[in-house]
Amino acid sequence: MRQDIVLAGVGGQGILSIAFVIDNSALEEGLNFKQAEVHGMAQRGGAVQSHLRLSSDPIYSDLIPKGGADMILSVEPLESLRYLDYLSPDGIVVTSRSPFVNIPDYPAIEKVLSEIEAVEKKLIVDSEKLAREAGSPKAQNMVMLGAASPHLVLSEKNLKKFVRVLFEPLGEKIVEMNLQAFDLGRKASL
Amino acid sequence: MKQEVLLGDEAVALGAIHAGLSGGYSYPGTPASEIMEYLIKASEKGKNFVASWSVNEKVAYEEALGISYAGKRTLVSMKHVGLNVAADPFMNSAITGANGGLVVVVADDPGMHSSQNEQDSRYFAQFAQLFCFEPSNHQEAYDMTRKAFDLSESLGIPVLVRMVTRLSHSRSRVQPQPSREQNPLKYGEGKEWTLLPVNARRQFKILVDKQKDLINASNESGFNSLKINKKNTALGIIASGIAYNYVLENTKDEASPPSILKITTYPLPEDLIKRIVDHVRTILVVEEGYPFIERNIKGLFGISGKEIKGKLNGDLPSTGELSPEIVRQGLEMKPLQKRKIDAFPMAARPPQLCQGCSHADTYRALNKALESYPQANVFSDIGCYTLGALPPYNAIQSCVCMGASVSMAKGGAEAGVYPSVAVIGDSTFAHSGITPLLDAAAVNTNMTVLILDNATVAMTGGQPTFASGEKLKRVIQGLGIKKEHLRTIIPLPKNHESNIQVMKEEFDYKGLSVIIAARECVQQARKKKRRKSE
Repeated sequence: MRQDIVLAGVGGQGILSIAFVIDNSALEEGLNFKQAEVHGMAQRGGAVQSHLRLSSDPIYSDLIPKGGADMILSVEPLESLRYLDYLSPDGIVVTSRSPFVNIPDYPAIEKVLSEIEAVEKKLIVDSEKLAREAGSPKAQNMVMLGAASPHLVLSEKNLKKFVRVLFEPLGEKIVEMNLQAFDLGRKASL
Repeated sequence: MKQEVLLGDEAVALGAIHAGLSGGYSYPGTPASEIMEYLIKASEKGKNFVASWSVNEKVAYEEALGISYAGKRTLVSMKHVGLNVAADPFMNSAITGANGGLVVVVADDPGMHSSQNEQDSRYFAQFAQLFCFEPSNHQEAYDMTRKAFDLSESLGIPVLVRMVTRLSHSRSRVQPQPSREQNPLKYGEGKEWTLLPVNARRQFKILVDKQKDLINASNESGFNSLKINKKNTALGIIASGIAYNYVLENTKDEASPPSILKITTYPLPEDLIKRIVDHVRTILVVEEGYPFIERNIKGLFGISGKEIKGKLNGDLPSTGELSPEIVRQGLEMKPLQKRKIDAFPMAARPPQLCQGCSHADTYRALNKALESYPQANVFSDIGCYTLGALPPYNAIQSCVCMGASVSMAKGGAEAGVYPSVAVIGDSTFAHSGITPLLDAAAVNTNMTVLILDNATVAMTGGQPTFASGEKLKRVIQGLGIKKEHLRTIIPLPKNHESNIQVMKEEFDYKGLSVIIAARECVQQARKKKRRKSE
């Protein structure tokens, strides 16, 4: 069993929080994993990505080969396209439809979305709306994790367990809000 | 013991703690910062060792050396260019040797994700004639760091661990082993530490004589592995560190894979190299960084009857970072099918200054103030404010190394540049900006130094700084800057006009002036607020 995921977003959108939940669920389920992330200069509002590899066999490269990813999971639509060359021929794009515009030459959103639509397997989620419904637009990352969850090789129970672990230091209200964001994302995807 | 989820950097730190670390020192720098972050957190949780940020890498190295002389185990960590700063104690500590285990962890940045060059620290290890480990995965980062302490003590020398960005910032499982006790205090004789020529000549000979022991240790290291495929005498691969992973990624399912030598220790394991070279006709060397192994094997004239491929002849690219697909190409395997991104030109999303960042206000004022001085030059430095080189600011004209803005502005002024302006952050100033300012003050150079005091090392995640606020002012006054030409501005939009005025006044002054632009980093202010509300 193996699954290679490219996580994508903009610095500050919390993609490393998604990675934390997946990493720890993988450890819990006895899977090998490697997760390469980007720190430092690139985090300042720039494009960020993380390569996440899960497998029951040994994993060698920390990076996913281009053309080898089973999933692109993106918290931002333009960012989901940036790494399209990583997606395998039968891979799926799970992405937010809510643009994060902090550059002057951001393309027309219709164009971005129609490009994503052109991928055979895709799931486009209104993460901003669902995150607001859960209580905060900041929870878009957990909405997207929920939306991706039926396609992950990890159990819903473990994923939610580590959403709780992640947000526990911030108090029960924040935990509940993020769990709800996860549930709303999952519902949107089923 | 329970498995842990760790960054490569954290695996190094945990390995050091479990090896009986007594003290760790560092200066922040991507991709090495997380080593010290982890050590500091662990020491705050009650582990009994010292872990602290130092004012720069040279100081950090010397503090570690002091611990080693006292017989205890110590780690000093830095990014690759940090070792340039620490090169003096590093080179000389190879001559004095180590007493307690001294492990030097250097994180290289192939591909320059967050650096100004991609220098390869294995050359430094060779230059100093020291032993160096190059882990290929997280478990090795942990295990090799532990082993490095043992080896440092048995060989009596500092030992390097060379990390690279992809391992430093990748997370995986690590199986820790039980901890070892710290060493007791145990002084050396003192003669070996005192590099008067009479002692240094003797010590250097000891180091040179030890080289055969280092090569033996490398040949016998269990971390290297040689897999000979008797049926395949065409191609053999020599791969080191994480480059080994990219080779395996591509060859793991081959029916008759090439013979593979995995190298993780330096000096090079000569016996293992000879065995694989003897077995095959063509050798492909795959390594992250410079063609270090390739050059060493090939020498000037190559090996008769053998073809050696790698970066030197362009079989693999000689700049930038390796990847599974680049190595696949080097192996002459068919590329994986991949999609094209060609619907529209993909808009780049470069890093930028945060919303509300004080540097943005400073640069807006500086650009305006300089409008009436067409011959001006702004020398800058290393930090978030280097992003001022990009639009919309386009405000700075140099970024070379820590502290260089001040010295270069002095040189520029002496060449006739006017106004000659230096822009430097508070932490970079403490790191390497104080000494050149002392230099400029001695001759009252006609230049203006802007110190952007945001009270933190922002780019690397908000580590503490050594001279900010009132202390920074006292330091500058102590260097001999005239009181009336040490000005402070608050970079906020509402102060825009008055800040321009201050800058112009100091440009017009024919001598040395310092303007401190003081406002806390917005990220740090936010973090503090969050902590308060919890």
